[in-house]
Amino acid sequence: MTRGPLRALLPELALFFVLLAAPILLPPLGFSHDLLSRALNWALFGLGFDILFGLAGLLSFGQAAFYGAGGFVAAYLLVSGTIQSVWLAFLIGTLAAGLFGIAVGWLAVRRIGIYFAMITLAFGQMAYFIQNSSLSDYTGGENGIAGVPVPVIGFGDGAFRITAGLPMYALLAATFFFGFVLARRIVRSPVGLILKAIKENTPRVAMLGHDVPAYKLAAFTIAALYAGLAGAMLGSFQSYMPPDAFALETSGQLVVQTIVGGVGTLVGPLVGAALWLWLRDNLQLVPGLGPLWKLILGIAFIGLVMGLRRGICGEILHRWERRRDAALLRAAEARTEVIEAATGAVTPEVPAEVALPMPRPAIDGRASHAEIALEAQDLARHYGGLKAVDGVSFRVRRGSIHAVIGPNGAGKSTLFKMLSDEVSPSAGSVLLFGERLTGAGGARAAQLGVAKSNQLNQLFLNLTVRENLRVAALARARGRFRLDLLAPSVGRAEVEDQVETMLAILDLGPRAETRASILAYGEKRRLEIGMALATSPNVLLLDEPLAGMSPSERVATCALIRRIGRSCTILIVEHDLDAVFDLAEQVTVLSDGHLLADGPAEDVRRDPAVRKAYLGTGPEEDGTGESTRIRGAMNEPA
Amino acid sequence: MPSTAVLLSQAFNGLALGSLLALVSSGLTIILGTLGVLNFAHGALFAVGAYTAFVMMQATHSFVLAMLGGCAIMLIIGFTMERLVIRHFYARPDEDQILVTYGIGIVLVEGLRAGFGGNSQRVPVPSWGTGATKLGFMVYPTYRLQLIGIVAALLVGLYLVLYRTSVGLVVRAGIENAGMVGILGIDVRRTFLLVFAVGIVAVGLAGMLYAPVVAVTPDMGASFMVQSFVVIVLGGLGSFPGAIVGGLIAGEIISLTSAFDSAYSEVMLYGLMALVLVARPQGLFGTEGRV
Repeated sequence: MTRGPLRALLPELALFFVLLAAPILLPPLGFSHDLLSRALNWALFGLGFDILFGLAGLLSFGQAAFYGAGGFVAAYLLVSGTIQSVWLAFLIGTLAAGLFGIAVGWLAVRRIGIYFAMITLAFGQMAYFIQNSSLSDYTGGENGIAGVPVPVIGFGDGAFRITAGLPMYALLAATFFFGFVLARRIVRSPVGLILKAIKENTPRVAMLGHDVPAYKLAAFTIAALYAGLAGAMLGSFQSYMPPDAFALETSGQLVVQTIVGGVGTLVGPLVGAALWLWLRDNLQLVPGLGPLWKLILGIAFIGLVMGLRRGICGEILHRWERRRDAALLRAAEARTEVIEAATGAVTPEVPAEVALPMPRPAIDGRASHAEIALEAQDLARHYGGLKAVDGVSFRVRRGSIHAVIGPNGAGKSTLFKMLSDEVSPSAGSVLLFGERLTGAGGARAAQLGVAKSNQLNQLFLNLTVRENLRVAALARARGRFRLDLLAPSVGRAEVEDQVETMLAILDLGPRAETRASILAYGEKRRLEIGMALATSPNVLLLDEPLAGMSPSERVATCALIRRIGRSCTILIVEHDLDAVFDLAEQVTVLSDGHLLADGPAEDVRRDPAVRKAYLGTGPEEDGTGESTRIRGAMNEPA
Repeated sequence: MPSTAVLLSQAFNGLALGSLLALVSSGLTIILGTLGVLNFAHGALFAVGAYTAFVMMQATHSFVLAMLGGCAIMLIIGFTMERLVIRHFYARPDEDQILVTYGIGIVLVEGLRAGFGGNSQRVPVPSWGTGATKLGFMVYPTYRLQLIGIVAALLVGLYLVLYRTSVGLVVRAGIENAGMVGILGIDVRRTFLLVFAVGIVAVGLAGMLYAPVVAVTPDMGASFMVQSFVVIVLGGLGSFPGAIVGGLIAGEIISLTSAFDSAYSEVMLYGLMALVLVARPQGLFGTEGRV
């Protein structure tokens, strides 16, 4: 926030001078201009992969498909004489790889982890075989395409051919530099923040209203575009387009280089590539070691993955940041300890009015239903023979605080998941202001104004408190999907206002720049609720908001909920019946997946069936424990 | 349109390739299903198996002894890998598991290259498998026929272990819910160790059996690994029946397509995978949302 503009541009400036000095300083160490050019080509390829894996957490083993696609499209167009301009061929090759990326990505991003790695690997191999056989008339099959021309600047006699050596180094360095600047912009854009959040906790990003598959596809396509440009330049700079651009080895080499250099640093792929190529070129000359260079690299790679996964640049960056932020971190951790030790002493301040700067989504329901915010119609969810929820109907009045209670296993959590459309019901539907909500998916439900806080915290642990809230507020400001790759993520005034307001409401202001993982438990719970609220919902679903809180935190959180309730419909699941009857006007009781009672809190409290479900019909117990507390809550009027 | 004889012989080739793929994939799939680890060193271990056959054949001159010795070596490799590396990765993200097994794959392949050179080695066909067999409608290499039989027997054996023994019960329960098995007081770590080693022996055996048919090189396993990935995507991740049916389908598609135009054999395979991903993402025998 307070950093100067020069400080913010430090990485760009540093890279600029490194690229400028490298061809002068590094050749005596065994880095020839050719080696540096090849490393830069790999690094450009790696920039996209680092956005895909380092930022979004998607490990692809098929990047060679896009490298090869860009390369062979450009090389074919040039060598066949279809296109004269090498620059235009670069552009077309890049775009072709991007299109191919959209097609493969569309299939791949629906799957995660293991599946994603396997699918990308398989499509990479498919591209290899298509190049090598089906399309070999165009691509030269195993021979590749020879005689790819180099780019030319200017026309006629004044034209300058960018030949191998220093001119090609300059071109590749300039391209990498601009690629790096662009990648940094992407990382710091809203899309970058959302991708980071996806890596941390994918389901939560969807619950907040972001279209997760679309963002993943965007990252995949960006990676394919970078790969395509690198591939297109490869043919030109070697004046030969080799078929192994498509090989599995290529994808694997990219992965290894990026990990060794440092994932998520953007310069990691450059360092990794330079090291790989340097080892290969120089170790091969050492007698006895020649054939072993890759074995040595493989062992080092295993060590890196087993130990610290930061890689070379990541480790340097980590140490530097730790030195810089050590004091801040210690202070934050100390504060956490104070908060956790002082049970009962710290009562969070809650503002009297909860007014959010960002507007709620408009309600365009029919007038006759407008008084009913949320309605469950015969909702049922069966898991095989188990009927978790079986035909439950109830209505939540607009502007009310409505509680759902029931013994453990009554089906409350499943019901909640259906209300926010995370789980599709086996039968029945949910209406939001009279409009059918069911079937749209969690992200759409969130966009329509249903927000949910979870029983177990679902935070983005490695993001700061401010960033956690920003991810939530961005969902309301930007809708399900927007490709604002060049805008800064902090650039929306209404989002920043919302985040500031939320920090005040949650009493987390002093903790804004603290990573969520360091927060005290009570603070994490508040942030969990706060993220849901930061989307400016019409209906807020709170799944056991008081779970695990100390008595004083419970009091404060109840006060917060009551104040939120003045401007927003709240549906709450909670085991603390004191709190429930204190807060809620309407109470719905579930038991064994069925609706047991539904009505004003007072009526439900006296309902004999409800008492029976909670307390059983057996003889009086020894007067301690849960049942007594429940009995107490049921007897005393609020 | 190719002749019936060509199609028939390609169908047999498909059966041989398919059964081998089924063996490779079943090793991959039980490890994935039980341990939750996708073994990216699987292709390298296939090559290690083939080289084991090469070395043991030279030492013993008996194919059967070579197989037995090879199994012992693969078992040791499996135990060592699990103990030294894989064990530490159960609690880590999928991506880390993939990366570390990929690294092991590099080391194994480069180790083979360092030890045996990059040139291809030949493993002789066992004496009882030389020549060709008349099947009435066509003549087919004897060893390939025997290969189908041996692999089928091995798969039946693996099936019996998985579905008829108490160890197998634990393994299948572990595939359904590994956490629950641990809660029930069963030593999951020992089961994991065993499953990993059995999976490695399965792929190693496939490599040994395949060695007499092809040139043995350090990189020979790569294409098998990718194809076995396709197989378990087809069959469903972690599904043993899926690996077998998927393997046979993949083998037949590759072989039968090459009867028409060999350029498209692999392309067809990946095309089918794309189709399955769109129409039935959990695979033929998979359950939605398990992996």
